[in-house]
This record gives sequence, structure tokens and C-alpha cells, in this order.
Amino acid sequence: MTKAEKPGRARAGKQSGGQTTRRADASVDAAAPAASGETAVESVDPVESADGGSGVGETAPARERAARLAVRKTYKLYIGGAFPRSESGRSYAVASSRGDFLANASRASRKDARDAVTAARKAFGGWSGATAYNRGQILYRVAEMLEGRRAQFTAELAEAGTKRAGEVVDAAVDRLVWYAGWSDKIAAVAGSTNPVAGPYFNVSSPEPTGVVAVVAPDEPLLGLVSVIAPVIVTGNTCVVIASERAPLPSITLAEVLATSDLPGGVVNILTGSAAEIAPWLAAHMDVNALDLTGVTDEGLAVACEEAAAENLKRVFRPAATDWSADPGTRRLTAFLETKTVWHPTGV
Amino acid sequence: MFEYAPAPESRDVVDIRPSYGLFIGGEWVDSQGENRNKTVNPASEEVLAEVAWATEADVDRAVQAARKAFGVWSALPGSERAKYLFRIARIIQERSRELAVLESLDNGKPIRESRDVDLPLVAAHFFYYAGWADKLGYAGYGPGPRPLGVAGQVIPWNFPLLMLAWKIAPALACGNTVVLKPAETTPLTALLFAEICAQADLPPGVVNIVTGAGETGAALVNHPDVDKVAFTGSTEVGRQIARSVAGTGKKVTLELGGKAANIVFEDAALDQAVEGIVNGIFFNQGHVCCAGSRLLVQESIETELLDALKRRLGTLRLGDPLDKNTDIGAINSAAQLAKIRELSDLGEAEGAERWSPACSLPDKGFWFPPTIFTGVAQSHRIAREEVFGPVLSVLTFRTPAEAVEKANNTPFGLSAGVWTEKGSRILWMADKLRAGVVWANTFNRFDPTSPFGGYKESGYGREGGRHGLEAYLDV
Repeated sequence: MTKAEKPGRARAGKQSGGQTTRRADASVDAAAPAASGETAVESVDPVESADGGSGVGETAPARERAARLAVRKTYKLYIGGAFPRSESGRSYAVASSRGDFLANASRASRKDARDAVTAARKAFGGWSGATAYNRGQILYRVAEMLEGRRAQFTAELAEAGTKRAGEVVDAAVDRLVWYAGWSDKIAAVAGSTNPVAGPYFNVSSPEPTGVVAVVAPDEPLLGLVSVIAPVIVTGNTCVVIASERAPLPSITLAEVLATSDLPGGVVNILTGSAAEIAPWLAAHMDVNALDLTGVTDEGLAVACEEAAAENLKRVFRPAATDWSADPGTRRLTAFLETKTVWHPTGV
Repeated sequence: MFEYAPAPESRDVVDIRPSYGLFIGGEWVDSQGENRNKTVNPASEEVLAEVAWATEADVDRAVQAARKAFGVWSALPGSERAKYLFRIARIIQERSRELAVLESLDNGKPIRESRDVDLPLVAAHFFYYAGWADKLGYAGYGPGPRPLGVAGQVIPWNFPLLMLAWKIAPALACGNTVVLKPAETTPLTALLFAEICAQADLPPGVVNIVTGAGETGAALVNHPDVDKVAFTGSTEVGRQIARSVAGTGKKVTLELGGKAANIVFEDAALDQAVEGIVNGIFFNQGHVCCAGSRLLVQESIETELLDALKRRLGTLRLGDPLDKNTDIGAINSAAQLAKIRELSDLGEAEGAERWSPACSLPDKGFWFPPTIFTGVAQSHRIAREEVFGPVLSVLTFRTPAEAVEKANNTPFGLSAGVWTEKGSRILWMADKLRAGVVWANTFNRFDPTSPFGGYKESGYGREGGRHGLEAYLDV
């Protein structure tokens, strides 16, 4: 895991000092000018930079052990603003794109999914009741915090096999900023005053639909941000199943969310198997909508759609998405209801 | 008090054929099956006509006709499609008396409502969406939004023509072609609408009408060449449809059941509120998905309001739907009457107190008197399930927060009513209520410019207004 980072530190002029963990690297890189970290990582071709070490036991070379044993991060779930382990006690090994062991990620269970829905429901009243201005500010704050951890994400994405990882982090930050600006504008664009044939004041405005269960795409940061931001900026709360292949940036994003004034429970992130968890969320009677963006297995998607019919969840299942393209308002309006209010006019 | 003299509307304006086929590809064709439905006048149980029970093969023929017509229709300039829709709207106005009488005959609703509410709204919907046909690029869905293709539309029996208009007008305006299945108990006005399409010289296959029951509807919804499914009806059938289209990629809109709270605060204008409550639950015999079937009254005025409401119910006139003085017509079918009776009996069995005004019911036909249940708890089935009849459940509350809590305590979310003279409270309540339509100091208002549709299990999508276009565009 450190292979991609070593040249980065060298370029940034840092002395490695034997630091080998992601966390330590990130803190070093974060202190360095952002551009240098990005350039460094991008310049690395993971295959070419192979240093001969491979496999779990060999990723930390002996010289590092001699200097200092790395303090590795335990990746947990993100539920209700806290970072619990999976109730099931299970985990699964996450490998880099080259097959190296990175960490054990929590493997969320049905109970974890239920807890996450409970947390999301609890958070819904406060979050949907917050002013649009406030929600926009908080989303912008998420972008700020993400920007601050740029190097950490760049490194994690590179390990997950993301090409041009630095640019992807930039795009994720920019996307958050873009959606942040929508919070107090979507009502003007998606709402209307209706000229009814009678003496009535009549206005239609969009409102959040409630708790949204999201299966995130296998695009660990940009895709994840692109599915979460439109759901929450409009006042919904969500339970997200992170990319199964590359879940680690998702939990690191949770750390960003947790330090961004976002109320606990607005976003809940589960790692593990979508095939295992998604059907429970699709069938959960307190979930209002389902975003199946990340489901590639047709059978699983159909099963989820069928389960969603039970309480008539709104189901959003877009065709293949180009995450670098202008997202438009589709993802915003997919999780909005239109409320029409009538009142007589007169004296 | 003086009695009103009978003032029946003449049936002579309507010519009902003894038997109807299917309207496919601009022609009347026979069903390939043997089954036929009889449609009866629910006020007298008189058989009005026999209509075909379309088979899967019939539905397939209709979908193919619609598919063929789609190429022609979607290629027309929007301004030409607009003119066809304007034509249809005009013919509806010209023939509105005929349509209103036929609607009341087939459905059992008072002529006062079909003539003064349904028909004007039907025409208004065609006029409204006619105007959109050449302005779709301005609707906010991009410069050149495209139609979806063939729309399979299944509509209920409570507002047969109005639901037809809600479905067909936006579909055609956007360039889709349609196969519409009216409800088995109320097919006649849809069949008359087929004649109107012919009068308007609408290209063959743009509108196809297939009559039948649930099987016909299922065949339409499940047809692989249908691109869009639009359904208005019960939540149970909506669930089945959502399940059956899973994974097909068909675009679906569902307008389903409701259990609306009509919330009356102690400062409300009482007489207005009473009229609103009556309009909310007894309009169209309560066969309204957004009916205000749960009255939430502030405890301090419960007695006063109920006294006034009961007094008002004593003046409602139940009887011949074609009589212009009739307020409450017939229940649409024997099956629906049985369901209303079952749930009302359950209301009593569960401990609520039942009241109806002194009211004699005609000997023939399907009738149910306006009924109020007091002492209703939230757990009672009459407070939770959609009765779809003239049955009002009365609950009480003390604070605005409690009213919101109780109003939202339902899996439905179609509509709600708020009665108070305090403006800030109206806005606060409207904000908190989880429902697609909130009527403040009024109830059961509809307009084609105004989006309508539900939250939660009341279905998804909106009909009416600019929002209603989305259901029929590839966006």
C-alpha cells in the first residue's frame, strides 16, 4: 500500500522517517502543498513502481519495522454519526488493485442496515426541517473538509486502482460544491405557482421524500459523492452501501462527513456485500426510496425493485453513468415529492 | 321546510348502444374472446349495455396499433398535435351534457357533480395540455424532450372521464400514443370518447380503448411493447403493478389510495369548515382517493362542530343521480357497497359510535347513507384503511403538533386539509403534513395547472401542471 506513496513523499521533499501507514502518510501529505501530492501520485504507475515485495507479510519492509511499527486504521461502519463495528463481528479483506492486502473492512449485516435506517429516520425531521441555506453551507463544509484531506484520498484512490486519482478528488470536491449550491435553488426550478381557474392561491414546491437507501457505484469517491450529495442536499437522509471492491475511501469519507457539521444519521455508510444487504433495505418498510445506481447484477436489481413495490418505494435506476459529465437535476428530482398547497383568496 | 320537487335530467340526450366492441386502430372491432361484461346503472341495477372483455390477444392488437401510430403521431409538429387536442376539448364542451348524463348513468354520481365538476375539468385538462404540445422545450426537461412511446393506462371507476382526461391529454401532448382500459363498471364514457376521437379525425391508433376487468388491465401493464404504465386505483393493485414491471425499465406512475386528515382548529370559521368536511368526504359518495375521510377536530370544539355537521348532513338529499337536486348518488357497485358495509360494521364492532341522518334509501340499486363514526381511535381499521365510501371517522387532538402527528400516522400521503383562521399556522401545518396536496380552508379542489399526486404509499409521479409532463417524456 505504501508503494504509491513513497515517490510522492520523495517529491514533496519529505523524509519518510519510516512512516508507512496510510494515516501517517496522509497527515504528512496534507501538510505539504496539495499540488505536489497530486503530481506525485499521478506520476506513479502502480505496476512499474513494484518494488518486488508482494503479499500480506511483505508489504511492510523490514527496514520500516525496525524504525517504527505502523499504526493501522481500523475501518468501521458509519451509523448515526458514530463509527461502530459491524454487529455481526464479521469483516472482509480489502486488497489494492494490485492484490496487496490493505485492511479488513467491516462486513455489515442485516441488523446494521436496520440500525442505519433507524438512525436515518431519526435524523430526517431535523435535517429536512433545516433551512436550505443551512444545508447548502454544510455541504460546502463537506467539500472544504474533503479538500483538506486531498492527499489522503488521492493515496487511497490510487491504491484502489483509480487512474488520475488527484483529478478525481478534485472532481469530487467540485461536485459537492456544485450540489451545495442547489440547496436553495431547486425549489425555484422544480416548483411552481399554478394559475388555477378560480380564486385560490396555489403553489407547488418540492420536498424530500424521506429515507433513501443507496447502493453506491464502484467508483469509490467521485461516484459515492455524486450519489450522496443530491440525496441529502434536498433534505433526505440516506443509508449507503459503499463499493464492495474499494470500500476504504468510503469510510474515510465518513470521517469527512463526521467532521463537517452534518448531523449524525443524515448519511450512514455500510461496507460489505450489496448482494447481502441491499435486499433488506429494499424490503424495509421505513425506507422511502431506493437508488440502485451501483447494482450491476440484473437479478439483484430486479429482486430489489420487486421488494420495493411492497411499500411503493421510489426506485431510481439510471443507465450507465459517466461520473465526469454534468449530472443535471435528475438525481435531485428523483428523491423529491411535489406538494401542492391551496388556499382561497378573498377579503 | 319545503320539499324540492323532482328535477330529473333527461336521458334522451344519450344514445346507448346495446353492445360495444373495442376501439382499436381507429375502428370498432370485436373481441377475440367470448367473455362480455354487463355494465349497470348502480342507481337502478338496470343493464345499460354489454361491453367486450378484451383478451390478451385483443390487448396485443391494440398495443400494435398504438405502436404503428406512434411513428406518425410523434413525428407531427407539436403545433399540429396541439390542434387535435384543442379540437377534442371543444367537442367535449359541445357534447358535455350528453357526457355528463352518461357518466351519471354509468357511475351513479349526481348529475350536479358530473355536470358542474367532472365535465368542465375534463375539457380544461385537454385545453391545458393542448397548449403544452408545442411548448415542450420550455417545460424544463431540456430543449427537445422525447416521448416514451406507447402508454398503457388503467383508470378507476370513480371519475371515469376525468381520469381518462388526466391520462390521455398529457400523453398525447407529449407525442405518445395510448391504450386505455377503463374500469369494468364504468366503460361507457370512455367508449363515447372514442367517438369523439373519430369526430376530431385523430389519426387511427393514437387512442385505443380496450374494455375489460383486471385481467385485461394486467395484460396491458405486462405487455412487453408498452413503454409507460400509468395507473390510478387501489394501493393493492398499485403494488402488484410495481412488482410486475420490476426490471422491465418501463416508466411507471401510480396514483393510489389515501386516508386524508381534515384538520379543524378551534378558531376555524365553523360553517365553512362544515361545508369543507361535507365536500371532503361526501363528494362523489366518498369515492375519492383524496377524500377527507379522517376528521381531526380540536377537542375544545368537538361537540359544537359535530352538532353543526350532523345538522348539515340532515339536509343532504340522497337519491336519483339524474335529479339535479341530488347531493348523494348511488354506490358504484354491489362489490363496493359490500366493502363499505364490511368496514362500517367493523367500525362498530371495534367500539366506535356510528351515526347517520334519517334517510330513506331507494329499494333498487346500491345505496349507503352518509355516515359518521365518533370515538374513533387511531388503531381502528376505519381510521387506517381506505373505505372509499361516504364514511367519516372523527378523531380529536389538542395541540397542532398532535394534529400533525396523527395526520401523518398513516402509510398513505395523498392529501390533507387544514381549517384555521391563523395564517402562520396554516403555513406551519402545510409544511409539516406529509401529503401531496394540502387544502387550507378548502377541500377537493382540482385544476389542470396544479400538480396532484401522493407521498409514501399513495403512489409516485404527479399528474397535472408542468410536473405532469414528466411522466410522458423520456427524462
